[in-house]
Amino acid sequence: MKYLDEFRDPGAAKSLLERINQIAGQIPNEVKIMEICGSHTVAIFRTGIKSLLPSNVTMVSGPGCPVCVTAMPDMDRMIAVPERAAGKDPIIATFGDMLMVPGTWSSLEREKAKGADVRIVASALDPVQWAGESPDREVIFLGVGFETTSPTIAAAVERARKAGLRNFSVYPAFKLLPPALKALLESPASDLDGFLCPGHVSVMIGSEAYQPYAEKYGKPCAIAGFESLDILLGISELLVQIVDKTHEVVNTYGRAVSAEGNATAMDLLFKVYQPADASWRGLGTIPDSGLSFSDEYGDYDAIRRFGLEDVPTGGDPKECGCAQVLTGVISPPDCPLFDNGCTPEMPVGSCMVSSEGSCAAWYRYGREGN
Amino acid sequence: MCIAVPGKVTEINDINMATVDFGGTTKAASADLVPDVEVGDYVLVHAGFIINRLDEEEAQETLKLFDQYMGILDEEDDEVSR
Ligand code: SF4
Repeated sequence: MKYLDEFRDPGAAKSLLERINQIAGQIPNEVKIMEICGSHTVAIFRTGIKSLLPSNVTMVSGPGCPVCVTAMPDMDRMIAVPERAAGKDPIIATFGDMLMVPGTWSSLEREKAKGADVRIVASALDPVQWAGESPDREVIFLGVGFETTSPTIAAAVERARKAGLRNFSVYPAFKLLPPALKALLESPASDLDGFLCPGHVSVMIGSEAYQPYAEKYGKPCAIAGFESLDILLGISELLVQIVDKTHEVVNTYGRAVSAEGNATAMDLLFKVYQPADASWRGLGTIPDSGLSFSDEYGDYDAIRRFGLEDVPTGGDPKECGCAQVLTGVISPPDCPLFDNGCTPEMPVGSCMVSSEGSCAAWYRYGREGN
Repeated sequence: MCIAVPGKVTEINDINMATVDFGGTTKAASADLVPDVEVGDYVLVHAGFIINRLDEEEAQETLKLFDQYMGILDEEDDEVSR
């Protein structure tokens, strides 16, 4: 068992597609399924699944790309870090997709071109190592991510604390998935018939985390992995539920996701941080949907350390349709700026920047009749 | 960004850093979030951290399901052709 090729078998994919066609044939109307996670969006395009689904089944992308949902004020504050920390010869650490996201006045890439030491991390422990190697410099980790990523950065903070490092801090722009799901379900524009739930967030939060939403809002949920067969199995399980008019949480990624999730990771997450209101691009402010540092770990908060609260910030670009794209109301090509002033080279909104943004995925794979 | 890659743990050192083999290339990953991980386990790695242990039994269950669907559809095809 290598846990990869077994889940990419073309023969099984064909059977699953036949099964999907059969079940969809029993549904007289159109169904709209949201894949919450940006990695699913990309996989659905890359594997060709998008173009192979029956005509009455539409997949729409959700708010599950952490870069895409980062609100403009957070972007502006993060982009201001090199300047605010200038006296400390700062090293700015972040994930690659963050570099090109436009802020109101600049981007991390532009700050880098002007001479800021902006580095891309492969491991959440890289910045801790840099802090250890350069005790005279400040290392600031621009932290974005859902429950998959935020516990790794909490563990990095814990390692920095154990190593006694005083020159390491994190900008906590993290987001929590369940509150966003709730906001989506309560939004009046939402006409979704089911959710393909993110496999790797679920590794951490566990399949039980979706139960209250499936029940209260009567929407079927299927947790799926990221190989072609995983995605097809997830979709077919959702269609079965739509036909049967049930709304359960089905875990089709049992090899990786348990009912209770990774308790060690979640306990550490809520030791280092605490839930806080957060503003999302496209969804506005959602109560307790983000994380701020707990009092115990407050020394590692880059916002407090560099007084970032008072950085001047702007709003989301007006013409950008990201808000409707992230809530599944429109598809990227329906945005008037799509490929018409907004491209991956010259992005207007964050959804066109991140490799997992739905606008970028449509631009890359979806323009030829997909 | 939430992609995690499966690999096999080949070593764990005294500071809880594991060596993980991804089909020939090896990388270091922290075992801080899955403290009971052991050499020989298959795990998912994300952002330099092991985030869980993969469950072989569950994987086999899913694979069995695929076989079943292939079998069922073949039978139906037979019926049609008969
Ligand atoms: S195409 Fe560009 S402007 Fe339109 S929604 Fe996407 S990112 Fe925003």
